[in-house]
Amino acid sequence: MRGCGVRKPDLATHDRAGLSMRTALCLAILVLAGTGGDIAVAHVMKQVGEVKNFTPRALLRVLSRAFRLRWMWLALGLMTLAFLSLLALLSWEAVSLVVPATALSYVIGALGGKFLLGEQLSRVRWGGIVLVSVGVALVCAG
Amino acid sequence: MTSHRILVVKTSILVILIVLFNSLGNVLLGKGMKQIGEVKDWSASALGAFFVKTFTSGWIWLGIGSLLLFFVAYLLVLSWADISYVLPATATGYAVVPLLSHFFLREAVTTLRWTGVALICVGVAFVSRTSPRTTGQG
Repeated sequence: MRGCGVRKPDLATHDRAGLSMRTALCLAILVLAGTGGDIAVAHVMKQVGEVKNFTPRALLRVLSRAFRLRWMWLALGLMTLAFLSLLALLSWEAVSLVVPATALSYVIGALGGKFLLGEQLSRVRWGGIVLVSVGVALVCAG
Repeated sequence: MTSHRILVVKTSILVILIVLFNSLGNVLLGKGMKQIGEVKDWSASALGAFFVKTFTSGWIWLGIGSLLLFFVAYLLVLSWADISYVLPATATGYAVVPLLSHFFLREAVTTLRWTGVALICVGVAFVSRTSPRTTGQG
């Protein structure tokens, strides 16, 4: 982790333990709240139903229907929480640690899709999701 | 065109729009915030001035508009496609940036990053071989 080297040596062990705990907690909130928001949005749009008419008036009707559902406000709340925890994390942790860690969202999103929304995940899709997660982590870490 | 083919085509179009508007929105917000400058004075009046400066910037509004379009496209695609299909498919954006920066800006891209780009491309190819919708809806 960049930036740890500037700490005083006598405080280093204590600070790093505290830092890693705080970082782990915020990372967990970031990934779980962000993915939870995505899953809640997916749940809302499945309730609204497949959009087939793309005229501006029809799209406004879809949006107004979506925003009348409680799950949509839960989704926005979770996404806001994820955003705030990202901002907090970036104030003390390097982007090169934070962004690659969010690659876990793809796997957690897929688990949410499977167990909460009833999506059928084949081995091919799982393989793709794992490759994408590792790939995003490498791109951001590189 | 079969209904499955139509589903794949419209999902792909929306995924491209999501990647495009999301990346564009972030770039525009970044440009706007760089023009406005870093917050150094945390007094109420300075923060008020910063707020006014931010929300009177054309770049910021273009960025917000682009991110709103991203969100609408995201909502639309999720009305018919699986979240476990859409999320990894939109990761293409992470691969596009190093590719564009290498070929258009001649920036050096590390081997680690190229490996990541390759894995994302193969992963998205795998995911796109599956049906965008596996639930009974529709």
